Parts: sequence; C-alpha cells; structure tokens
Amino acid sequence: MGSAVHDNIKIAIRDVTKLYSNNSHSLIALDAINLEIMDGEFFCLLGPSGCGKSTLLNIMAGFEKPTDGKVLIEGGEIAAPNPRYVTVFQDYGIFPWRTVQENVEFGLEIKGIEVNERKKIAEVFIKMVGLVGFEMRHPIELSGGMKQRVSLARALAVNPEIIFMDEPFGAVDALTRMKLQEELVKIWREENKTIVFVTHDIDEAIYLGDRIAVMSSMPGRIKSLLDVPMNRPRLRTENDFLRIKEKIYLEFFEYADKK
Amino acid sequence: MGKHVREKASKKMWKSFKKVILLLVFLLIWELLPAFGIINKTFFAPPSEVFVALVRLLISGELWIHTSISLKRAFTGFSIAAITMIPLGFLMGWYNDFEEIADGLVQTLRQTSSLSLFPVFILFLGIGEISKIAVIFWGAQWPILLNTISGVRSVDPLLIKSARSMGSSAVSLFGKVVLPSSLPSIITGVRLSATHSIIVLVAAEMIGAKSGLGYSVINWEYNFMIPEMYAAIVTLAVLGLITNYALVWLEKTTTKWKEDVMIT
Repeated sequence: MGSAVHDNIKIAIRDVTKLYSNNSHSLIALDAINLEIMDGEFFCLLGPSGCGKSTLLNIMAGFEKPTDGKVLIEGGEIAAPNPRYVTVFQDYGIFPWRTVQENVEFGLEIKGIEVNERKKIAEVFIKMVGLVGFEMRHPIELSGGMKQRVSLARALAVNPEIIFMDEPFGAVDALTRMKLQEELVKIWREENKTIVFVTHDIDEAIYLGDRIAVMSSMPGRIKSLLDVPMNRPRLRTENDFLRIKEKIYLEFFEYADKK
Repeated sequence: MGKHVREKASKKMWKSFKKVILLLVFLLIWELLPAFGIINKTFFAPPSEVFVALVRLLISGELWIHTSISLKRAFTGFSIAAITMIPLGFLMGWYNDFEEIADGLVQTLRQTSSLSLFPVFILFLGIGEISKIAVIFWGAQWPILLNTISGVRSVDPLLIKSARSMGSSAVSLFGKVVLPSSLPSIITGVRLSATHSIIVLVAAEMIGAKSGLGYSVINWEYNFMIPEMYAAIVTLAVLGLITNYALVWLEKTTTKWKEDVMIT
C-alpha cells in the first residue's frame, strides 16, 4: 500500500552537474545526475556527508543553479524558490521573534491570506504536528524536536506540492527522531505530498522512503537506486527491513574497499 | 499563611533596599565630610544644601527652563541621527559594495572627536542652536549606524533562506525577517546614542551656549553659586538615569524572544 504506483513524473533531473571552483581547484560536487521522482512519492537521497546530496536538493528547490543540466518540475524548469515547493532545514529556520502560531502563519502571510483564515489553517497544522498548547511559546522555549515540528507545520500550512527536507531530523536525539519519522509518514500519507528527503542515516531512509537513491562522493553520483517494497507502517526489526539495510551497507563497504 | 506573606514582603523590601544601600552611604559621606570640616564646605556643598538649592531653582522655574532647552537640543540631535542613520545602516549592511566603499570614510570620521569639530560647526553654522544640534547629531549617529549595520549583517542566512523558500518577496524579506532580526542590535545602538547625546550636549553647552544645563553648571561655578552648580549636575545625572532605564526597558520588551537578555 505504501509503495503505490506513482505514474506521473513530478521532478525530472536531467544531467545535472555542479562544479565548485576557485582559482586553483575545481570540485565536481555533482556529476551528471539523472533522476525521476514521481508524484506523491517519498523519495530519499542517502549518502555520506560531502556526497552532494544537499547540493542536489538545493538545486531542486531553486536555491542554487546547476553548472550544467536542468531540473524540471512538472515539465517546467526551476529557476528560483517557489512557494509550491517548500524546504524544511536541519536547523529549523524558524523565526525566534515569532511565537509558534506566528511561525506557522508566516507563509500564509506571504500569500496574503487574511487573519482569521490564517489562524484557522495554522490551528489545523499545529494540531497535526502535536503542538497544541504551545501556540504562544517562542522557539527559545522549545526543544529541538518541537522546533522541527514548528518548521514542518509551517511548511505544510502553505499547502505545497513538494516538501524538500534537508536532514530535518539530524539535530534531534535518536528516540525523538524515530517518533518524528513515524509522524512524518503518517502526515505524508494523509496529505498526499511529494517528499524529497536528504539523510545520511540508513535506517531513516529505509523507514521513510518509497525509493532510495544511494549516493557516492568525489564526484557526487547516484550509486544505486533501490525500491523499498514494504508495507507501512514499517517495522525496523522486520526481515525485509534488515535485508535492505544489509544491501545498503554492502554498497558503502564495497565503495570503501575500492578506495 | 499571613506569616508567609509577611516574609515574602520583607524579602522584597530587602531586595529593593540592597540596590540603594551604597547610594545612601555615598550621600551620607557626602553630607558628613563637609559637616566635620574634612572638606571645605564652600567647594563641596552637602546634599542637604544642594537639595534646598534644587527646590529653590524648581520653584523659580529657572531649572525647568534650562532643562527643557537642553532636552530639546539633545532630543533634536539624537532624533535626526536615528532617522537618518537607521536607513543608512540598512543600506550599508545589506549592500556589501556600499559598505566597502563607505567604510574607510566612516571609520575616519567616527574617530574624529565630536567636540573637536564643534568649532568647525560654529564657523559654518553660527553660534545659534543649529551648531549645537549638529554636534550632538555628529556624536549620536555612530552607535546607531554601526549597530544597525552589524544587526543587518548578523541576520541568520538560514532564516532568509526559509523565508525565500516560502516565496518571500524582497520587500517582505526586509519587513518580516531583516528588520525584526536586527531590531535588538539597533535598539542597543539607540541606547548608546542617547547616552552619548547627553554627554556631547553638556560639553557643547559649556563651550558655547548661554542657556541649558551644561551652561548652568559652568555659569553657577563662575558666580560661585556652588549648591546651584551641584543641583544642575544632579539634574543631569537624573536625566541620564531616566534615559538609560527607559531604553533598557524598551530593549527588554522588544527582545524578550532572545536568550539571556543581559543588559545593564
């Protein structure tokens, strides 16, 4: 059920190359990446730090331009950040001078939605991420996990088609992380969004993704693309889960041996 | 329970008493030194006499005339500084090129003592109000300008990125992210400027004025009206205290969202 058939291509990455160069050196961060991400899919980009996964996400979200190649979202080339595709960051990026409620309303303000409507929408998503009772708090009073919930609610509130998530649970403790993963899957299934999720955590990628693109670094490439043919909610102790985990481990060790 | 409340009340009283205890000791010593003839009373009027002079000056209205003139000068110079330097600071903080071009000039001018420029202002603007306001403006502008620049500079790039991700335009980015984020730093600048305005004001009035509190201090000293001189000094101190506390309060209320607001 979780890996339903998605037949519309939402994001098409065509020969995307990214070079960073200064006077003497140039670094190939991404080397001719080709990917297709389907509508409604939960897609994970998995790789060690420095493999260019965040760079690829930044290019998809319109924050960076590729040196070569292009990213098409629903057939159109992406040139700048677009509120239909919202990004959630590892360090939350929520506004410290705004309360939880005001943070969630931020994107709605930008959209020009009027006050009462804003309040109503914010209420829905504050409830969805489990922050009822914390509406009037400032971020300084919240734990890391709660801050990320605010960030997620703020992203969901603008009703985006795609949510780009850049290691969103990287800064929270392991137990909170699992809880957040569980809730994210639940929300994703209810809300029918396309999610592109960057992580370096193998378990996280298997728990969340319909598909996983395993990346290698220097230069950043897609090493392999795997399906996760498991029902949801998934169990981290299931045989299938462990089998896929082993497969991914092997990919990394093989890679390490070659070096 | 009644006992508990009483204990709480006495604790509170002790807390406020602690804050003024040294001040009271200071006043006591000030009162006693001339009384015992340790310091010549003629030069060091005790607080009791200063207080009498203060009341006399208040009743005659003389003190208020000088105070209001001084306040007007300080406030005008300070306001012009705030109105012009906050926008300029935003421009310089936001546009790197602008700041790089202006930096050399700003640093040089900033290090030029306001008071050393007072004669220049008098040459160009005459001995009227304008030269005094100009010199106060000159001194007051720097903390506001520099704090605004650093406030804008230190906006977290991630906040800008997430605002852009939500589709913020340049205008809303400024109003909803850059401005609120740099506000604490700007208010600190404003507070420093306000304190600085009073310092420059007094010096300017001592050098070239026929009214105001700074002039009064010098004038009453020339005329050997020592208790009156101290009364003017005390008034200046009180003005400084009120200004600082008012701005600390403003700073605290606008930056409640920040961690560990430690301001004195």
